[in-house]
Amino acid sequence: MTVVGWLQILVILAAVVAFAMPLGAFMSKVFRGERNVLTPMLGPVERSFHRLAGIDPGKEQSWLGYTLAMLAFNAAGFLFLYLLLRGQGLLPLNPQGFAGLSPDLAFNTAVSFVTNTNWQAYGGETTMSHLSQMAGLTVQNFLSAATGIALAVALVRAFARSGAQTVGNFFTDVIRATLYVLLPLAVVTGLAQVAMGTPQTLEASATVQTLEGDEQTLALGPVASQIAIKQIGTNGGGFFNVNAAHPYENPSPLSNALTIWQMLVVSVALVFAFGRLIGDKRQAVAILSVMALLLIAGIGVAYWAEAAGTPILASAGLDPAGGNMEGKEVRFGLAASAMFAAVTTGLSDGAVNSMHGSFTPLGGMVPMVLIMLGEILPGGVGAGLYGMLLIAIITVFVAGLMVGRTPEYLGKKIEAKEMKMAILAILILPAAILGFSALSAVLPSALSGLGNAGPHGLSEIYYAYSSATGNNGSAFGGLSANSPWWNTTLGLAMLLGRFAYIVPMMAIAGSLVAKTKLAPSAGTFPTHGPLFAGLLAGIIVILGGLQFFPALALGPIAEQVQMLGGKTF
Amino acid sequence: MLSQLRATATLLALFTLLLGLAYPLAMTAIAGVAFPDQASGSLVTRGGVAVGSTLIGQSFTGADYLQPRLSAAGDGYDASASSGTNLAPTSARLAERLRTDGRAMKATTGAALLPADAITTSGSGLDPHVSPAFAELQVPRIAQARGLTPQEVRRVISQNTAGRTLGLLGEPRVLVLGVNLGLDALASNSAAN
Repeated sequence: MTVVGWLQILVILAAVVAFAMPLGAFMSKVFRGERNVLTPMLGPVERSFHRLAGIDPGKEQSWLGYTLAMLAFNAAGFLFLYLLLRGQGLLPLNPQGFAGLSPDLAFNTAVSFVTNTNWQAYGGETTMSHLSQMAGLTVQNFLSAATGIALAVALVRAFARSGAQTVGNFFTDVIRATLYVLLPLAVVTGLAQVAMGTPQTLEASATVQTLEGDEQTLALGPVASQIAIKQIGTNGGGFFNVNAAHPYENPSPLSNALTIWQMLVVSVALVFAFGRLIGDKRQAVAILSVMALLLIAGIGVAYWAEAAGTPILASAGLDPAGGNMEGKEVRFGLAASAMFAAVTTGLSDGAVNSMHGSFTPLGGMVPMVLIMLGEILPGGVGAGLYGMLLIAIITVFVAGLMVGRTPEYLGKKIEAKEMKMAILAILILPAAILGFSALSAVLPSALSGLGNAGPHGLSEIYYAYSSATGNNGSAFGGLSANSPWWNTTLGLAMLLGRFAYIVPMMAIAGSLVAKTKLAPSAGTFPTHGPLFAGLLAGIIVILGGLQFFPALALGPIAEQVQMLGGKTF
Repeated sequence: MLSQLRATATLLALFTLLLGLAYPLAMTAIAGVAFPDQASGSLVTRGGVAVGSTLIGQSFTGADYLQPRLSAAGDGYDASASSGTNLAPTSARLAERLRTDGRAMKATTGAALLPADAITTSGSGLDPHVSPAFAELQVPRIAQARGLTPQEVRRVISQNTAGRTLGLLGEPRVLVLGVNLGLDALASNSAAN
């Protein structure tokens, strides 16, 4: 580890916070329906979308109506994308003449993009037509992100309102999130990415004559427009197979910093918007400090582990001071690769700029653990905030047990119903990850997809189901996941991780919004101080540890110990 | 219920038009005017022929060229099939390959310690750079193959070396294609003289 490496990490994080504060203020205006700087330009578009779709923005929905609208909208998006992928061979904008996708791969991919996961069981440049990338994948990159933001805003409204019945209008929230937040950020940063070298063309490829006289075919396409929203919307699905490690997706250290900034900025801004919408900015600071603390700890462990290198590199004669460069790009080096790995999983992004499967066991465990902790550091756009608020509810409950009082959070009493729903949501993660992993570990048709033997093979299984259930999308890429078993079960894990989590979360929102907001009394446990922040961080780590430590002991921890003992598989 | 379905279907259609067609096509149009070189892949031409991209690595095997890192993309530097090895840190296959390549490189260069990127595979399989240390390791071989002095080779390398961006971001790196174009230019200049 170097001082410059750490400075780079901290400067990028500071740049995120510096922009997220005003963006959060802007977003709180957008979701209150107030006039903002973009209203003169985008107001007419917003109104015409409402008019054409027959939506009255003033007509709000109950939690159930909001949830059903969300489910219908996502189901329609899934169906459209599935059919588009199946039929891409018959459709225009397909210069390479790619055939339609197989049913299981089309199912997996459609679920993957609708749930904001962007797990890719295919290589983009060898599978997807331009039409599929643009009208299919890019559209869901926006809409799955807008769905997440809308849901988080609905939950925040439930805390902010007192004795109300409705949590907002889903369609209005999605329209506003897309038009005012996601689209402008994607346009501006996407053009910046083109300036830095990312292609944006309808040509499929360019052929060049290399200096040694060979032909090299360079895959091209409308790359920048897709990868800008892939990062802004914490989707993570790359245009190319190797995602942000590809020099066209991520040409330079500067574009790498921009890419990390893109994936963090909306999620962090949402926390600031939360503070404004509930009228207590200190609550946002408390939550944000926990996110920052744990994320930086994750970056630190990954950076340290990668800088330490591995015995097989050292015994081959590589300079130990250079760390583990297998699967990493020279222009990024160790610090920017470790930071990217931790950020992409602290979020639910899933883009990668280095191959996580070739990390040292402990270095690779960091992204896996960050997904298992629920991707709330700071988490995907929207999903991170509502995930963190559920953990906060559990935290005040635990604190309430210790002192024997009915817990409150943000002035709302947390009672049996909220706790049941919160636990139901939280349990989805271990149930899906460990359940599917257990099945795959004994099924020959599943095991044939593994790319590495020994404990690393088990880690590939854990990582795949963690990534799918957490709607992350990154992978230990040794796994060949494009087979019916993996496509189907990972698709199911994505659906569970997204929607089986959202429904109980929205039930909590429905229950909370009807409650009267209580004024803090002398007996109220303040949730803006360091005591609460410490407790919250503790609950996050302890919950994750209790659920996943035995599994991790058999995977990455066992691998680390055996690696240090000089064993290979 | 019906109004919900209408809203869903209409919005999906509107968003597909706006985000799936208007947005990428507008971006393509703007990028083509504002940044035509980058938008079409940052190609490098020599004598009117496209010989590569400044961003994408290509294969070099000749002793007279600066050689890039190992690549797992297709058969090596296949820029239509990017890939890493995804081999584990405990992979016997990776260990075996590293041992063989490490022994060979130490034998040809006489170096006791190899730079971290010298025999490892990049993430994309298309890494256009090598570290300054790995470039330096190849200087004697290139100089000998081309009949140049090591200083002349080093000068070309340093012209194609970038430091950390803003002194902070990323790592120092040498652009392999740039060096090799420079070496060829040097050769054709001296031939012309």
